[in-house]
Amino acid sequence: MKVGLFVTCLVDLSRPGIGFAALKLLEGAGCEVVVPATQTCCGQPGYNSGGREVAKALARKVLAEFRDCDYVVAPSGSCSGQMKVATVHDLFKGEPEQADFERLAARWYELSQFLVEVLKVERVPGRFAGTVTYHDSCSGLRELGVKMQPRYLLGMAGARIAEMEGAERCCGFGGTFSIKLGDISTRMCENKCESIRAAGADAVVGGDLGCLLNIEGRLRRTGDTRTKVLHFAQVIAGEG
Amino acid sequence: MFFKQRASEKLGDELLQGNMRKAKGKFVDGRAKAVAEFGVWEEVRAHAAKVRDRALANLDAYLVEFEANATRRGAVVHWAETAEEACAIVAGIARDNGVRKAAKSKSMVSEEVNLNEALEAAGVEVIETDLGEYILQLAHEPPSHIVAPAVHKSKEQVAELFVKAHGKPRLTEIPAMTREAREALRGHFLSADMGISGSNFVIAETGTTLTVTNEGNADMVTTLPRIHVVITGIEKVIGTLEDFATLIRLLPRSAIGQTVTNYLTLTTGPKMPDEADGPEQMHIVLVDAGRTKLLGGPMQEMLRCIRCGACMNHCPVYQNVGGHAYGWVYPGPMGSILTPVYVGLENAGDLPNAATFCGECAVACPVKIPLPDLMRKLREQQFDRKLRPWPERMAIAAWGFAATRPALYAFLSRVGARVAAWMGGSDGLIHRLPGLDGWTKGRDMPAPQGRTFRELYALRQGNRR
Repeated sequence: MKVGLFVTCLVDLSRPGIGFAALKLLEGAGCEVVVPATQTCCGQPGYNSGGREVAKALARKVLAEFRDCDYVVAPSGSCSGQMKVATVHDLFKGEPEQADFERLAARWYELSQFLVEVLKVERVPGRFAGTVTYHDSCSGLRELGVKMQPRYLLGMAGARIAEMEGAERCCGFGGTFSIKLGDISTRMCENKCESIRAAGADAVVGGDLGCLLNIEGRLRRTGDTRTKVLHFAQVIAGEG
Repeated sequence: MFFKQRASEKLGDELLQGNMRKAKGKFVDGRAKAVAEFGVWEEVRAHAAKVRDRALANLDAYLVEFEANATRRGAVVHWAETAEEACAIVAGIARDNGVRKAAKSKSMVSEEVNLNEALEAAGVEVIETDLGEYILQLAHEPPSHIVAPAVHKSKEQVAELFVKAHGKPRLTEIPAMTREAREALRGHFLSADMGISGSNFVIAETGTTLTVTNEGNADMVTTLPRIHVVITGIEKVIGTLEDFATLIRLLPRSAIGQTVTNYLTLTTGPKMPDEADGPEQMHIVLVDAGRTKLLGGPMQEMLRCIRCGACMNHCPVYQNVGGHAYGWVYPGPMGSILTPVYVGLENAGDLPNAATFCGECAVACPVKIPLPDLMRKLREQQFDRKLRPWPERMAIAAWGFAATRPALYAFLSRVGARVAAWMGGSDGLIHRLPGLDGWTKGRDMPAPQGRTFRELYALRQGNRR
């Protein structure tokens, strides 16, 4: 089974460890993993800023890069939503390329969904002897139905899950929103951090690096240097 | 002043913040409970979206049918193409009939067209009789929510307003305050010459207008004064009572988690010769004010809106800044679409951007309006018309240029990761980042770690070989 890893631009730039954790999990489960070297971004920053044409150009680029893969996997619900939902239902809707993107969407998986639903893994290499609280990222949750999969995987790694109040509420990241409307974004993030603090976990875990950078940035600014902020791939791969 | 500045002010308003926090749970939890109990929510929701789409597809026919049936039952139907026309029509009715006092039940369309101001200019005293609207009339403030207009006010703030307005001792309990307001309003219902109401829907097959309320004031307004004026938007028309039966199952549940409102008032025509009660005249003012511009275009789905307020109740941006930050009558996600569309995208630049696209509004909307998608379409219009600030446009253009050129992108990210890692210092946190102070004002930026995934992966593959 040939699996293409879509690393995501944020992981590439900021937290390569998440990419390697994903790689380890996929290879560990017996997948032949390819990582196209020319990949950059799914196009969502442009798409959500009104730059439809550049979003389409980048979607086409991704399509070409992963054309010969049986599956494509990304450690992000947000980028996966862009490639599985936005392309088919909006960007290429009614255009000749729609069918190509429908085929790509059918093969494209968010990492936790791929591990649980396709590979059906029953054990993971990582061990986490502590409590985690899980932040449900908006796109993964509401566009793709990512909810129990990462919790199930974290459970396999031995982590105890202490649910926070409002786990499904947006952390305020929203891509460029976090910069354009920084005050509101910060307040939303502070609300999220209040829930995290109240949950009293050793780590806050999520599946989208954008949210995690936002949350980590606010926790550290408010003096919390203790709570770890981790991608679930890092935890279950044993690289957290 | 624009949304961004107003929102920042509201974030610093501790009193407002406390009031908003109290309200949030009531709406969201109430709806969640009502939806869970309902059992077939998604099925009815899908049907409701179809009911609204059918109404919009047949808007011309339904409106004419409505006019014919309402006229047959003795009402006078007026057509207002603009807000000004709507005001002129109502002021004209008041003038022709020597109206000196008008009692109003809640109507967002009247807020939209500024009806109170127009009537007061014509010498008519206007009394808001919805409790929330009454409070705001005393406070000289616009509503901050389409269903709960005074949601931004605390009990204590209302008590203060009542002391000033009623000249009675300060009250501390809500039931006592409600009773005092009722007593103050009762005389107005009896002495008003004109009652003004909105209409949640208008029904084509019967010529009926209707209100969905909890206070009973609308029943007074529509029956006691000698003239009843209904003011509503043309998009409120639906085909049949059967259609209404579908929508009314969703509206109060979506709004505040009620299975049904206390009052559900259907009005068909004025008092007939053989009837004892009711107004002598009934006028129905159907307002366009920009609505037809949406028909047949990319924003048409917005006209499905049944004004339940669920989108704002569930919006994490609205929850934190309140309705006044949005700057016009319609707040929250629906306002972030309606305001730019009705008053011009160039006048409401921040609003389509006032969302993280978390999708909660789209999930909550009882008629399945894809609110984030519509906001994104407005962002596309802004992008195409170059309405966003130039640094933002430059940044998007530069990013797009690089992201479509892998070699350039690899080089830039390689340099960027190193520079940012250096800026992050020993704790790996960037405390200030020029140009990105929207982020760093309230948060650190966790720094990249020096090398990109693509570099490290290339190394790994090289070593393996």
